[in-house]
Amino acid sequence: MATHSILSPLPGTFYRRPAPDQPAFKEDGDTVAVGDVIGLIEVMKSFHEVKADCAGRIVRFTVDNEDPVMAGNPLVEVEL
Amino acid sequence: MAIRTLLVANRGEIAVRIIRAAKALGIRTVQAYSDADADSLAVRLADARVNIGPPHATKSYLNIARIVEAALDSSADAIHPGYGFLAENAAFAEAVAAAGLTFVGPSAEAIRLMGDKVSARTMAARAGVPTVPGSAGRVDGLDAGRTVVAETGFPVMIKAAAGGGGRGIRIARSMEEFERLWPQASGEAKAAFGDGGLYLERVVENARHVEVQVLGDGRRAVHCFERECSLQRRRQKVWEEAPFAGLAEDVRASLCSSAVALAEAVGYSGAGTVEYLYDDATGAFFFLEMNTRIQVEHPVTEMITGIDLVGEMLRIAGGEKLRFAQADISRNGHAIEVRLNAEDPDNGFLPGPGVVNDFRVPGGPGVRFDTMLYDGYSIPPFYDSLLGKLIVWGEDRPTALARLRVALGELNIGGLKTTKSLFARLGEDGDVRAGKFHTRWLEGWLEGQAGGKQ
Repeated sequence: MATHSILSPLPGTFYRRPAPDQPAFKEDGDTVAVGDVIGLIEVMKSFHEVKADCAGRIVRFTVDNEDPVMAGNPLVEVEL
Repeated sequence: MAIRTLLVANRGEIAVRIIRAAKALGIRTVQAYSDADADSLAVRLADARVNIGPPHATKSYLNIARIVEAALDSSADAIHPGYGFLAENAAFAEAVAAAGLTFVGPSAEAIRLMGDKVSARTMAARAGVPTVPGSAGRVDGLDAGRTVVAETGFPVMIKAAAGGGGRGIRIARSMEEFERLWPQASGEAKAAFGDGGLYLERVVENARHVEVQVLGDGRRAVHCFERECSLQRRRQKVWEEAPFAGLAEDVRASLCSSAVALAEAVGYSGAGTVEYLYDDATGAFFFLEMNTRIQVEHPVTEMITGIDLVGEMLRIAGGEKLRFAQADISRNGHAIEVRLNAEDPDNGFLPGPGVVNDFRVPGGPGVRFDTMLYDGYSIPPFYDSLLGKLIVWGEDRPTALARLRVALGELNIGGLKTTKSLFARLGEDGDVRAGKFHTRWLEGWLEGQAGGKQ
C-alpha cells in the first residue's frame, strides 16, 4: 500500500488542536480529503493552517502536539 | 544587598539590554536559554549560560519551576524577567522570593493589584488619577449595566475584568446593542479567562496612547516624563516617541504627577509605566492601565533623560534607595523608536524567520540600535518577531525625524523581510511629520496604502 507524508510548509511549533480545550483536528486512523486541516503551525505568534495535500487514511502523526518543526519535516503519514 | 549574580530569564534584544546594564554595574550575568536559543547573542555575551528546556515557551521561558531551579543551580541571587513571558506574573515573583532570590521588579502584591483591571482602576481613582467614565468596578448583571451606561453614554466598551491585550472587548453604540452584547461578553469572558466578570468604559474616540515612565523604591516614586505611542497596528505599538510633542506644559505636569501618585499608592518598586488615553480635542487624559515591567519602548525615555532605566531597576532591586529627586530629572530634545519586526509589510505583515546576512547597523550622533541580530544568526520561529529597535535622538522632533531617515537608509538586514520599509514611508508622511495621529490612524493609513496600489 502506497503511503504519503504531509510535510510542514513552515518552520515553527506544531499544534494538533484548534485550541487547548478542543479535540484534535485528526486522529490516527481517520480518513482525510485534500484540503482538510490536519494541524496548525505557529510561526512568531501567528497561526497557519496545515492542509492535507492528498486523500487517504492517517497511519500516524510523526510529530507530537507542541513539538518544534522545520519546513519540510513530515507531520503525518497517510495511506493512499 | 547588592546583586552579585543575575539570571536573565528572557531572550532576544531585551536579554542583551539587561546583560549590558548588569555588566556596567559589575554584576555577573547568567543567561537562561531554550534549546532554540543556544546560539543567541545574549548567550554569547553573558558570563555564563543555563539551559531551561525545549523551544516551546511553556516548557522553557514560562516554566516557573525550571527557571527558579536554574537560578539556584547557577548561584544567581536575582532574576530579571524582562518583558512578556513571566514579567507580570505574580506567582513567578512569589516563587522567586520563596526560593530566597530577588525578583527584579515590584512586589507580587503590586503586580496582582495592577494586573486586575478592576482593582487597578479602583486604585487609580483612589490616587486621584482621572479614569474613563464607566463602572466603578465589576458590574453585577445586565440591570446594573443599564444604569451605568445611562450615565456614561455611548459608545461604551464592555470589557472582561480578567482580560488584557485587547481581548474580550465589545463596543456597544446603543442600548439595544448593549443588551444584545452583554450576555455574549459574559459567556466569552467565562470561557476565555474562567471569570465572567465584566466592567464598562466609555469609548474615547480618536484618542492618543500616552504613557508615563515611573521609578519607585517602594516608598517614594519619580517620573521620567511621558511617551507618545499612538502608532499601533492591531493594538501593538510600532513607533514611539518621547516626549509627546503636542502636550501643553500644565497638562504634562498633572499627567506625570498623577502617575507618581499611583506608583506611591501601591508602594511601587522598580520601573513601571502608567498608560493613559489622551483626548486631543479637550486635553483630557484618562487612566488605562499600569504595566509593572520594563517596556519595549523604554529607550526613548533614556535618550531624553540620560537615565539607564534597566540599571536603575537593578540598583533598586539590590536594595538602593532612589538616587533621584524629581527636580534632578530633566528632559532634553526628542527621541523616536521604530520596531524592526521580521514581518513583510507588503504582504499583510506575514511573519517569517530566516538567516541574517549583510547586516549593517546605522550610527552617528543620536543613533542607537538595540538588537540581538548578528551576521549568520538563524532567527528561531518560536518567539515573537521583534528583531531590533532603532532609536534616534535630536535636539527637536524635526531633527530626530531627519536622523531617522538617514539611519533607516544605513540599516540593512539581509536574508528576511522586515518592517524597515514601512518606517521609511511613515517618516515621509505629512500627518506623521505634523504629529497628527491617534491609535486607529495607522490601520487606516495602511488600508489607504493597500488601496492605492490596486
